[in-house]
Formats: sequence, structure tokens, C-alpha cells
Amino acid sequence: MKTFWRNLLRNRGAALGLVVLAVVLVVAIAGPMLFPNSPWRMVQRPFLPPMTVPGFLLGTDALGRDVTAGLIHGARVSLIVGLVSTLAALAIGVPIGAMAGYFGGRADDALMRFTEFFQTIPSFALAIVLVAILQPSIYSIVGAIAIVSWPPVARLVRGEVLSLRAQEYVQAAIVTGHGHGWIIWREILPNTLSPVIVLASLMVATAILLESSLSFLGLGDPNLMSWGYMVGAGRTVMRQAWWITVFPGFAILLTVLALNLIGEGLNDALNPRLARER
Amino acid sequence: MQTRTLTGFIATFGLATLVTATALAQGKPGGVANAIIQPEPPGLMLGLVQNGPTQMVSGNIYEGLLRYDAKLNPMPSLAESWTISDDGKVYTFKLKQGVTWHDGKPFTAADVVFSTEFLKQTHPRARANMAQVDKVETPDDHTVVFTLKQPFGPFIGVFEVGSMPMIPKHIYDGTDYKTNPANNTPVGTGPFMFKEWQKGSFIKLVKNPNYHVKGKPLLDEIYWHVVPDAAARAVAFETGKVDILPGGSVENFDVPRLSKLKDVCVTGKGWEFFSPLSWLWLNNRQGPTANKQFRQAVMYAMDRDFAKNVIWNGLGNVATGPASSSVRFYTDDVPKYPYDPAKAKALLKEAGYKGEKVRLLPLPYGETWQRWAEAVRQNLQDVGINVEMVATDVPGWTQKTAEWDYDIAFTYLYQYGDPALGVARTYVSSQIQKGSPWNNVEGYSNAAVDQLFADGANAFPDPKRKDIYAKVQKTLVEDVPVAWLLELEFPTITRCKVKDLVTTAIGVNDGFRDAWIDK
Repeated sequence: MKTFWRNLLRNRGAALGLVVLAVVLVVAIAGPMLFPNSPWRMVQRPFLPPMTVPGFLLGTDALGRDVTAGLIHGARVSLIVGLVSTLAALAIGVPIGAMAGYFGGRADDALMRFTEFFQTIPSFALAIVLVAILQPSIYSIVGAIAIVSWPPVARLVRGEVLSLRAQEYVQAAIVTGHGHGWIIWREILPNTLSPVIVLASLMVATAILLESSLSFLGLGDPNLMSWGYMVGAGRTVMRQAWWITVFPGFAILLTVLALNLIGEGLNDALNPRLARER
Repeated sequence: MQTRTLTGFIATFGLATLVTATALAQGKPGGVANAIIQPEPPGLMLGLVQNGPTQMVSGNIYEGLLRYDAKLNPMPSLAESWTISDDGKVYTFKLKQGVTWHDGKPFTAADVVFSTEFLKQTHPRARANMAQVDKVETPDDHTVVFTLKQPFGPFIGVFEVGSMPMIPKHIYDGTDYKTNPANNTPVGTGPFMFKEWQKGSFIKLVKNPNYHVKGKPLLDEIYWHVVPDAAARAVAFETGKVDILPGGSVENFDVPRLSKLKDVCVTGKGWEFFSPLSWLWLNNRQGPTANKQFRQAVMYAMDRDFAKNVIWNGLGNVATGPASSSVRFYTDDVPKYPYDPAKAKALLKEAGYKGEKVRLLPLPYGETWQRWAEAVRQNLQDVGINVEMVATDVPGWTQKTAEWDYDIAFTYLYQYGDPALGVARTYVSSQIQKGSPWNNVEGYSNAAVDQLFADGANAFPDPKRKDIYAKVQKTLVEDVPVAWLLELEFPTITRCKVKDLVTTAIGVNDGFRDAWIDK
């Protein structure tokens, strides 16, 4: 474990990503305590430029809502959506991939055709359709993102399981009469963990982007202030008030970049071949 | 017939204008008008299609018997004079002599009779109006007599071009109206003739050289440009490709920017006939909104001046009640609901409201309406109403309101100048019918109000109607069946060199007759 952290932090990009993500996390957790009022509240005159009135560091939007408060409350929404939908995608993708890889044969065929069915539909288009049908809310958005992002997980896990299935210790476990569930859960899955973790960290970034894109298109939860919503609502007045779109856009960029850097770092740190080279 | 004199002209902020049928201030002839039409109309045969863009283009091709000034007083058009009998049941129109259709055939009383029959089949609003008519007679080629079953006060107000366009009998008689090939090349009596329509690009109208008003029209051609993207429409205006942006062509947030450009004039006039009024449907059947005090609290909780100034850029008026101020028999002698959160909280307490969830359905017509819903939600949350906004699209909104599956929902409707035409339908109990988002959607039912509206439609003469409608407005405002928001204004933005475009109650829809370009 110690070497893992050392390897990870030795990677400068990953260290930077961790710092940024930590800041976003702190803001998401502690921010609403600093800005307890609803970010929807109209508190000042509309279109206040940044740093013109004390207390409104980033200005106000078209209705006179505080952009800073929106950013801080939006961090929470973006992170929750990113994490929960990734967990949900793992919950769908891992079992399907594991079963396909472990049982092989017809089960493999059936499960993989099912997976391909989802893979062939452009994921963003599918997410839009799902959210539009289910009515936009935080649940339908998380669900839609999970549904479009599990197929890569399933394929990855299947590949890993397929190769581990042939390993002698797995054969031994079968021979000793353990159940399939026990073998998959205890013997195989722990060894697929590192690539899944790397993939998951990148999926969080993708999920945040997806949520932002949906909100941008007006398909966000109308009761939650999110970064994508802020960009979408502000873009129409971009020529009059750049700050309404630029700050949340920058927040999205930074967070997604941080997650990608961390993903890269994890990949390097968890990859035994690369570790040996070091 | 009384003569009307020119009392003003449309200047920067559009003074209400009375216009003679014969002459306007020394307009300069010639020139081409470039206007935006948004969205592209599905057709130009005004007798068959009556949506907004069709009315805007075809109102300059076809004509009605009358036009209306900004105060909704009738002005001569195809009818040069008219009389109403003392019992309010017989309307006699004298038609103008020497009027011809664009193909040269004369326009006569037979065309008027034919048009009423035609529109009864194709035009829902005309059908309802004509249902009041017992018979239509033509003593001679230039006289038409409508005899009503009973007095119907709004009747003199239903002859505007969009409500009752004149259709050429010689082209449509005996044919299948919907498939007549002439629908693609509309023929009217109006100041402009249809010339060309390149779908997705532009509609071109040219001057009618034989127009029956001497010296009109002044313009040679009108190009209606089709530009699907709102931002591109704003750019087209900025670059000078178009000089006229009719109401609704650009998003509201672009209006202040475009109006500040050099030599740009903006007017909110020209919607008096339609008088769009916005309100919140409050579901009177169930939940907290079934309680009158709760509904009054909603009225007090909303900062409608904020909505007007911030969201609508100062255009429009805060509504006082069920009729907008340009509707006949409007009165502001009603209970007032200023922005008063404290009073709203007190009323909520009296109503026994305990924080039950209330769903708010925005109108899915773009950014302005979305922002407005957010502001109203905040206003209501500030006084302690537990509001949850429901995301929706146009079909979803239509279905939810038509099926009464909502607590609070945004809407706006046209009022057509008379309470019997555009106001009564929202409040009388006979209009409580599932399946339409335009009737009594809120489910308000009050026998006294039903009776007053029934009396008002058929009372005669006007002072009697006035008393009845004053009573009904007072009762409604006290009961708050719906929460009135703003009398909307859709600004017409033009280059200032375009003169006399908006002079009537329907604005651009029949405005090109008198419009001219200053060179």
C-alpha cells in the first residue's frame, strides 16, 4: 500500500489531480455551510460583474443569483452524480462481465450480444432519450448515465476474468468444490480490481461531463443547481455577461482534468509491469 | 360614417394611432422591406391555416371587412361603412366599390357570404362567432346584412383579417378547400400579392398595383426571411440583412442589446387585439391550491415587477385581473395584490398550509419562461411554499395541463379584445373539459360567474355589458382562480427608417399596407 501511494504521488500529474480533487471535495462538503442560502435566491441586481460588489466575488447571473453560491452548490451535485452513477455502472457492468467471462459459452454469447446492443447506440444520444422519457430528475440522470457507461466495464471485466479463469488457483478452487459465486467473488474479482479502479476514475470524469451536457441542454434536474445548468443558462447572455458561463465552465474543466490525471497516475501505479521498470 | 383624422404617428415608442382609410402622412413610395418570419408558416392560405406566422404574412395578402385601431375601434377596410340596428341584432355592412381580387375579378357581397360558409368549416374561432348568426343576406352586390339570433356584443370585433379573412368565391366555390391547388398561390384583395416562396429561405410579396386604397401600398416588395436559429436572426438584423424583427423573432435577452443599436426603434404596440395575458394555472380541485387563501397568498408572494423589469426587460404590464387592459370593459377597480411576502405568509398560516409539496410546471417556450419559473419558484419558496419544479417539454406541458395533472402551471393566452371571446373561456364551468389546455383548466366553478359571463355576451347595449363585466372581474380577482402575472408585450424591433409599420391592433399582421421606408 505504501509503495502504491509513493508510486502515485511520484507522478506529478496525479499529485496535482489529487490536490484539485481534494479542494473540490472540501468545497462540496463544507461549501454549503459557508453559503447556507439557496443558490437560486435572487440576492443582488442582475448581471453584476465579478468583484464589483463586496460579497459577490464572481458576480451575479441573469436573475441576480450569486454565481459563487451556484458554483459551490454545483460542486456537490456534480460529484454526487459522478460517483453514484459510476458505482451504479460498476454494479451493472462487473457482474455481467464476470458471469460472461466465468461461464463462457452460450452465457458469454448472450451477455456480450446484450452488451453490444448498448455499445452500438451512441451513448450521449441514449442518455438524452432516457432522461427525456423518464423526466429529468437527479435519479433519472444518474440512472441514464449508469446505463450508458456500464458496457466498457463489462467488457473489461470479462477479459480479465477470461484470463484468470484458466489460472491454476482458480482450477484448484473449482476442484475443491467451492460454489461459482464464491470463486468469482473471492478468487477472481479481487485480482481484476486494479484495471477496474483505473477505469472507474475515468468514468467519474465522463459522468460529470455527461451530467453537465444534459443540464446544458436543459435536461438537468430543474431543482438542483449544477455547473452544466449554469453554463447552459448563461450561454444565451454570453455576449453581455461572460462570467456566468466562464466560471462554471472552468470548474468543469478543472475537475474533469483532475480526475483524468488521477486515472493516468493510478494506471501507472497499479500496473505491475510499469512498476518493475521503475 | 365618421371621418377619422390622423392624430399621431408611430414614433420611437409608438403612440397609439388612428389612421384614415385614405391618407397617411406623406410616406415615400418605393423600396423593399426585409422582415423575419419565425417560424416558417405551414401555409399561407389564411382561411385554412391561422397560426401566428401565417397571420403575419397573409394578413397583408388577405383582408377582412374591418380593421381595428389600438383602442379596438373598428375602422373601414373592405366595408366602407356599417350600421348596427337598435336592438343589436342586425349588422349591415356597405362594401367598398371597385375592389378587385389579385386576379382581377371583382370583390362582391357574394364573396362575403361564401367566406362565412368557408370559415365555418375551417376556422374554429370564426365558427364560434358565426354560430351567433341566424342568417346572412345580400340585398345588393355591395351590401351584406348579418342577422343575429340574439344581441352579441363582441360581434363588431370579429371582422379582423385573421379572424375573418375574405376568401375568393370564384376560386374555391365547389372545390375541396383543403386540396385546392390555389392554396399554394393565395389570392386576396390585400395591398400585397403573393409572388414566390422558396421553402426554408424566403417568402416574397409584391405590391398590388390595383389596390383599392389610392396611393397604397407604398412599398414595392416584402421579403420575409426564414432563419431557423434565434442567434442568427439577431445577427441578420445587426448586419442589416433584415430591417424588421416582428414580436417573438429574437430571444428576450437580445432585445435590450438590439434596441441599443444605432437607428433602431422598438415598440410593444400592435398586440392590442391579441392582448396576450400570462398567468399561473392553480389547480382549484385538489391540494393546497384548492384553498382560496392559499391562492391569494401566491398572488402576494410573487414579485411581478421584478419579473417585468428583469425577465421581460421592462416590457408589458403587471396584470390586475382576468382581462388585460386593452380588452373591452377592462376595469382596474378590483382588489389589488402588491408584492407583500409578510401578508402571503399570514394567509398561508390562515389557510392551514403545512408545507405540502406543490409541483410547478414551467412553460417550455425557451429561456425566458424557464428563468421566469425559477424566479417564481424562489418567490414562493421565500414565503414557505414547498415548491418542486417539474421539467417538461411542449407535449408534456400540453398533456399535463389538459389532463389536470399539475398544481401550478405557467401559461399565456390571447384574449381577442372582448371578454366574451377570450376571457370567459378560462372561468366558466361549462368550459371544464379534460383534453384542452386552453379552456377552464384550473377547474374554477362559480354559478354567479357563469351567469354573469352568459349575460355579458348577449347584453345590449355596451353600458350594460360594462356593468356586468365590472362585477365579474371583481369577483374573480377576489377568488383568484388563477394567479395573473403580466400582460405580455412582444416587441417589434425595426430600423427607424421603417415608418408607420405598427398602426393597428394587430400590428405587423396588417401593417405593411401603410408602411414605408424613409430614404
